[in-house]
Amino acid sequence: MEMLTPEELSALQLSLKVAFSATLFSIPFAIAAAFAISRLRFPGRSLLDSVVHLPLVLPPVVTGYLLLVTFGRRGPVGQLLESQFGIVLSFRWTGAVLAAAIMGFPLLVRSVRLSLEAVDLRYEQAAGSLGANPLWVFLTITLPLTVPGILAGAVLAFAKALGEFGATITFVSAIPGETRTIPVAIYGYVQTPGADGSAMRLALLAALVSILALVVSEAMARRMTLRDA
Amino acid sequence: MQLDVQLRHGFVSRARRGSDNAAFSLDVGFTVDARALALVGPSGSGKTTILNAIAGVFTPDQGHIRLDGMTLLDTAMKINVRQSRRRIGYVFQDGRLFPHLTVRRNLLYGRWFAPRYEHGLGLDDIVALLGIGHLMDRNPDALSGGEKQRVAIGRALLAKPRLLLMDEPLAALDLERRSQILTLIERLRDEVGLPMVLVSHDPGEVARVATSIVDIRHGRLGSIRSMPNAPSSTVASESAEIIHLPVGTHRSAHFRRSTELREVPGRP
Repeated sequence: MEMLTPEELSALQLSLKVAFSATLFSIPFAIAAAFAISRLRFPGRSLLDSVVHLPLVLPPVVTGYLLLVTFGRRGPVGQLLESQFGIVLSFRWTGAVLAAAIMGFPLLVRSVRLSLEAVDLRYEQAAGSLGANPLWVFLTITLPLTVPGILAGAVLAFAKALGEFGATITFVSAIPGETRTIPVAIYGYVQTPGADGSAMRLALLAALVSILALVVSEAMARRMTLRDA
Repeated sequence: MQLDVQLRHGFVSRARRGSDNAAFSLDVGFTVDARALALVGPSGSGKTTILNAIAGVFTPDQGHIRLDGMTLLDTAMKINVRQSRRRIGYVFQDGRLFPHLTVRRNLLYGRWFAPRYEHGLGLDDIVALLGIGHLMDRNPDALSGGEKQRVAIGRALLAKPRLLLMDEPLAALDLERRSQILTLIERLRDEVGLPMVLVSHDPGEVARVATSIVDIRHGRLGSIRSMPNAPSSTVASESAEIIHLPVGTHRSAHFRRSTELREVPGRP
């Protein structure tokens, strides 16, 4: 493989930065959402379940458009974030993180939820009988037993974030070094006459990073089972 | 231990068409003053449900539970002390050791919540008493059934409960282990003075351990009996020992190993 041009390299770095941030950022929210959906009984539970799964079924462009309308500089949440905290999401890499996090969120929640539902409630009862309050039971029993599901979901969400295109380009466009991730860059090169080489190199790179993520997740899974056995 | 239990609960059954199985209901009440109470009766009569209610794992539709004058549950007064505040140890039939923690960390799990006063059995005492010193750094799934059960008992004891519940603690064990753990349970009753409620199907076990027996039949109270179980071995427990053959040696070994434990002041 030839050396990467600075432009391609920046797309790679940006993609990794966005995907890592999106995954890390969404893990706590996903755990909370999965817990609420699988363990709590409250009136809006099925609504929450539907909203969480919405990005899975909506066309990504629609998700991106909704993000732009809500979190854009003129959107209600976007205005609030800018005036109160000085945070601007639209056309910034942080916006790309938000788009990627939301697109990967259903995958992460699903995985965490399955794992959470597989945790034997009887362990939690045993912990309670030893005097542990519900929060401590959650932190020391439920959460550790859910870790395999969290990791598996995180890998899925990371892969999804790396490949995210539609919502990203709609919400934050394709600004080099800021929001032009690998998929967005590939699309750009394909549209540009004579840039086929760049498109091909980035495509290979995307495949390489994805395979690497898969290998890492396999290794993690194997280590988990070895430790459990 | 004075235990006053009054429970009423209707279980909604998944009604099968063509079967006239009515939904199961529990309606029992008893007051006992016993050092060790055994709940006996056929399977499915509600014994474990009663234990779960005492432990605070299960809340019945109606009823109250009082232990030594303290109300743990009173649905009429809307009192329901949270499980973690009841300080009632629970040894489950299946052990339920936390699979992601070593034996040592399982044993010490209740340490943060246990009061520092009261019966002075520390980790070292418990480990010696149960003979589990060689298992400390293992994971639960590397233990045999008897080892798991001993660790489960130790874990419950280290949380310093005011009452120990045991749901068929010996069901999964072979004869030899059974008699070892029975001996241990007797010693907890007599030397540590720990009140206990035991669910069991085994008459020999009940005869050795219980000072009172409550018979539960199909969710109703059958009978309440007192047993002449004194701190030292009684006729009943001796005869049970003869049935369970290989007890004698283990028993004396256990007693030798922990003479110092007897100096520990027992709880009233």
